[in-house]
Amino acid sequence: MDEVAGAAAAAGRASRRPQAPLVQIRHLSKSYRRGSQRVPVLTDVNLSIASGDFVAMMGPSGSGKTTLLNLIAGIDKPDGGELLVAGQDITRLGETELAAWRARTVGFVFQFYNLMPVLTALENVELPLLLTDLSRGQRRARAELLLELVGLSDRLQHYPNELSGGQQQRVAIARALVTDPLLIIADEPTGDLDRSSAADILKLMDRLNVELGKTIAMVTHDPRAAEAAHHLIYLDKGQLTDTSPLA
Amino acid sequence: MFLLQLALRNAFRARLRSALTLLGLLIALVAFGLLQTVVGAWNAGVEMASATRVVTRSAISLTFSLPLYYRDRIRAVEGVRRVAASNWFGGVWRDEKSFFAQFSVDAENFFAIYPEFVFKPGEFRDFLRDRQGCVVGRQLADLYGFKVGDKLPIRGTIYPGNWEFNIRAIYDGRDSSAITRQMYFHFDYLNEYLKIKSPLRANRVGVFVMELADPERVADVSHEIDSQFRNSLAETLTESERSFQLNFLSMFGTIVRIISGVSYVVIAIILAVTANTMAMTARERLPEYATLKALGFGPGFVGRLVLAESLLLCAIGGAVALLLTRPVAAVFHRATVQMFAVFEVSARTLQMEAACALVVGLIAALAPMTRASRIRIVDGLRHVG
Repeated sequence: MDEVAGAAAAAGRASRRPQAPLVQIRHLSKSYRRGSQRVPVLTDVNLSIASGDFVAMMGPSGSGKTTLLNLIAGIDKPDGGELLVAGQDITRLGETELAAWRARTVGFVFQFYNLMPVLTALENVELPLLLTDLSRGQRRARAELLLELVGLSDRLQHYPNELSGGQQQRVAIARALVTDPLLIIADEPTGDLDRSSAADILKLMDRLNVELGKTIAMVTHDPRAAEAAHHLIYLDKGQLTDTSPLA
Repeated sequence: MFLLQLALRNAFRARLRSALTLLGLLIALVAFGLLQTVVGAWNAGVEMASATRVVTRSAISLTFSLPLYYRDRIRAVEGVRRVAASNWFGGVWRDEKSFFAQFSVDAENFFAIYPEFVFKPGEFRDFLRDRQGCVVGRQLADLYGFKVGDKLPIRGTIYPGNWEFNIRAIYDGRDSSAITRQMYFHFDYLNEYLKIKSPLRANRVGVFVMELADPERVADVSHEIDSQFRNSLAETLTESERSFQLNFLSMFGTIVRIISGVSYVVIAIILAVTANTMAMTARERLPEYATLKALGFGPGFVGRLVLAESLLLCAIGGAVALLLTRPVAAVFHRATVQMFAVFEVSARTLQMEAACALVVGLIAALAPMTRASRIRIVDGLRHVG
């Protein structure tokens, strides 16, 4: 914990300084086929997310915010445009390269946690490390450290169904962090939580950003959740309508 | 290793569904094993057939007899080492339900031709000395409690009258494949009786069984024997014992084919059941597979996870089925002992069971593993199982 917190403090101080863009989006477009028609979801989106930033994306349902988040995370492909993450255009990567890139670069936090029900909290956090060269002991140690960071050191051997929603989301956050990714993608991370648990999760995400310097891109409908971010991005009908710095 | 661990835990998540699928697999595989063993038991006579033995019967039909004097002419054919007459007697002991086969034979030659029937030396000598004597196989003796020295009363049907035989010997099979469910007595005893009571039926024989000096010459010798009696009133058909048995069994061929077919239908049904289980399982877990892919696991990993789960289920079901098939077959045999003299689950049947389990596991996983590995992450994450 001390090791993590120490590193976090230094990184956090760094995160407050202006950073080079981690995500650069140019003329990005995406549409879906519905029957014989193509329905545009994102149209000519241009956006830049600085390294160490905490960005909240808001907008009405169907505005394209989740699609934009999926594209940034490399789990969906755009129709056109450029999408650079840490200088690499991920739209040019094949399926296998993209999977390896996600494993290295992105940590996911989902609305419904998406933990493996048959794995314990510790095993769930260890899961992404199976794609690395770490030994079993190193993986375990790292997973334990992350669970300690999110305050679940006493729940290592609990299965997801033995944890509350807030605790499950904290396990998911530990899983997202365990590979030390450049970018945390959070899709409605408080959408399935009560107010108190949601506040805890937001506080934790703020710590990740401030203390660990993690870049976070989050989609939310909840204005209170959006307040935790440094920048707000509004989308409507597939286009950016506003980007506002907060605080 | 992790993949297997995850597949094993996944396999028993829906415990009732997995238990029912396993039960279905178990029943289907054991049923397959039993049905295949029934087919094997039906063909046991063929398995016993020797390469050096040939059988001569009437060319018209097995129900037509041949003159006894053919025996000497057959014996004179080059390449024939021994020849013995054999007649189906078809009598009834106690009642029709207590059926067993009875043959009148040239005892000395016949049992020399069938060395797989093993006698205690003294008992066989006693049998040869007693014209009214008979021998019974071990399986038959065990089934009805026959002992050496017992009187065996039989009511003749083909050869009417009340016949009484003295059990002089009980023969054993040289190995477990030998069928010892028959009773044999002296051909001369029957023939002498017929000479007195029904002279027109005397000196007639159902089949002649021969032992050849050289198994390579079965075709030549058979041809030579048949040519001896061409254009006679009783033309012959000589064939290898195996061919003779197969011809005899062909009368029941349709039934055997149906039984064999049913065994594969059972496997097809359980394949459908297992495939349905795997399809339901994969559909429910699409969000998990999508999550794994989002975390960086490739489509191959997800596909192998589904395949491993299917194979694990089938391996567990198959292993238990293999363990249970022989005990269940033993119980089945006790209930059908009058029908099947030999009812042994062969190693080949167990191998086929294992192969069926493997094939079911593989095929049942095909569609769900393809779907799981190909699913787009965003679609999988949206999916409500």
